[in-house]
Amino acid sequence: MTETNGRFGEYGGRYIPETLMNAVIELEEAYNFYKNDPAFNAELTELFDEYAGRPSRLYFAKKMTEDLGGAKIYLKREDLNHTGAHKINNVLGQALLAKKMGKTRLIAETGAGQHGVATATAAALLGMECVVFMGKVDCDRQALNVYKMKLLGAEVVPVTTGTATLKDAVSQAMREWTSRIADTHYCLGSVMGPHPFPTIVRDFQAVISREAREQILEKEGRLPDAVIACVGGGSNAIGSFYHFIPDEGVRLIGCEAAGRGIDTFETAATLNTGRVGIFHGMKSYFCQNEYGQIAPVYSISAGLDYPGIGPEHAYLHDIGRAEYVAVTDEEAVCAFEYLSRTEGIIPAIESAHALAHAVKIAPQMGKDRIIIVTVSGRGDKDCVSVARYRGEDLTES
Amino acid sequence: MSRIREAFSDKKAFIPFITCGDPDIETTEKIVLAAAENGADLIELGIPFSDPTAEGPVIMEADSRALEAGTTTDDVFLLTARLREKLAIPLVYMTYANVVFSYGTEKFAKKAAAAGIDGIILPDVPYEEKGDFEEAFAACGIDLISMIAPTSEDRIAMIAKEARGFLYIVSSLGVTGTRSSITTDIGAMTALIREHTDIPCAVGFGISTPEQARAMAALSDGAIVGSAIIKIIAKYGREAAPHVGEYVRAMAAAAHSA
Repeated sequence: MTETNGRFGEYGGRYIPETLMNAVIELEEAYNFYKNDPAFNAELTELFDEYAGRPSRLYFAKKMTEDLGGAKIYLKREDLNHTGAHKINNVLGQALLAKKMGKTRLIAETGAGQHGVATATAAALLGMECVVFMGKVDCDRQALNVYKMKLLGAEVVPVTTGTATLKDAVSQAMREWTSRIADTHYCLGSVMGPHPFPTIVRDFQAVISREAREQILEKEGRLPDAVIACVGGGSNAIGSFYHFIPDEGVRLIGCEAAGRGIDTFETAATLNTGRVGIFHGMKSYFCQNEYGQIAPVYSISAGLDYPGIGPEHAYLHDIGRAEYVAVTDEEAVCAFEYLSRTEGIIPAIESAHALAHAVKIAPQMGKDRIIIVTVSGRGDKDCVSVARYRGEDLTES
Repeated sequence: MSRIREAFSDKKAFIPFITCGDPDIETTEKIVLAAAENGADLIELGIPFSDPTAEGPVIMEADSRALEAGTTTDDVFLLTARLREKLAIPLVYMTYANVVFSYGTEKFAKKAAAAGIDGIILPDVPYEEKGDFEEAFAACGIDLISMIAPTSEDRIAMIAKEARGFLYIVSSLGVTGTRSSITTDIGAMTALIREHTDIPCAVGFGISTPEQARAMAALSDGAIVGSAIIKIIAKYGREAAPHVGEYVRAMAAAAHSA
């Protein structure tokens, strides 16, 4: 949908300190100019194609399809992008925009580290300074990505406040931005935060569904019956859904992280367990207690371990255009192992949440049905924590 | 004349900020009374929030301590009502949008008004988003206080024209916390504000010494101090009231002399 005044229905808005208002207004104006600028778009397309490796493949998962015995399963291979995830799409767009705006420094939050690595990568490529805020807990469970960011020339600041995860990294990046705005762009990693971020990030990620829609029409001559993606803040999901939203016959399914289960407190399934609130610059759904205190959420996946969800998802949920299901740690780990064995593809633990749901529903669908699952990232970064989940310690000595 | 207006009527105002429930509600009550006895002209009562994105580490930690102690919004309403029985000075809340929205904005406004609150500051509700909040609070006679930052520039006129209660001038970029110096041209900001409104302006963020309080009050109508007081409370805990009182006396004297 087209947002009006930064709103998707009642959701979105810009609930931020006055100090940042002119910065987001300036960003909105710059984006509105450059999104229609042929030179900007040509430059971005060249970065997408030559640097990030787009278009990403739409791969027919033949063995998985045969094994499950139902709908045909196609995988949208965002894991094959440079830096190993969909995050690079948004980052290249924002970094180029920031550079056009005269900014010389990028700051970012990161959960699993994929957005941080992508931002550090773009900063290296475009010759910009880079500081990444990452929860201390996430630094520990995603040590490889911390190393990569430093290798790429970024400074990584561990955040120890609150639950020391993605939510706290976002808060700290926002605080940093209020203290240094003139030369700094906050390269937000998901379709969340104050307007215009949910729109900008969605537009840059929409390349996923633009390609997937063309690719499936070319391969199958028809649209899919369902598109499935994992949802934390929701950037790969909105990117996967966007160009299918007008196609009413296509089910759009977002997979939230249920953690240890939506009937426990150790969950991050926002639409399944949260209610409407205002936080991190936006009105949307949040996991919170009766007094509006934000809940300390949990998921095995650092990238989905967030107590909110982007405002456009909240809207798609309310109008019934997209459905949002909850997938537990156990189901995601099983799908992580399943795709590795069946197709020789190790998916990110985030993406494994989407795959788990495909494994669940494909057998119930006819063989003439088609599902597209977005593999938002690759799983190298998750091997240590999945091994630990299975009781194996991979520490190298 | 409203209680807020009266607080600024005959002198520069000194405005301390205190997080409710840090370390517990009973201590907060004693601290607020000590601040009032020692010359505070208006008191900001912080309702703790789990993720206060406009705060530096000192107030963040105070919020954590208050929430760990089990402080709820309802506890703060009860505390406010008890304080209102003893105090004539204006009391304003400082909290975040979700604390109010999640409680139900109208229900929150009614309870706050019944407890005797005069105004509310919501740092994550800028001019463009204030509509629903302002309407609910105004209906109960509570002023939604607007903020102006060093980056506001062309937004100052728009904000000043609709300002209620008093205007909160954010002295510097960044979050709350003490600073060794304030480099923003506060005098130029207040002059610009004065072109559009005659409501009082008070400066906050980064003030901790009597010299800073005097200087900022001289350029405006008052000085707001938060983190420096929270540090005293963090140090003395349940015994903090007399120490805060002593600090407020020196700071209020400095502001009043401006």
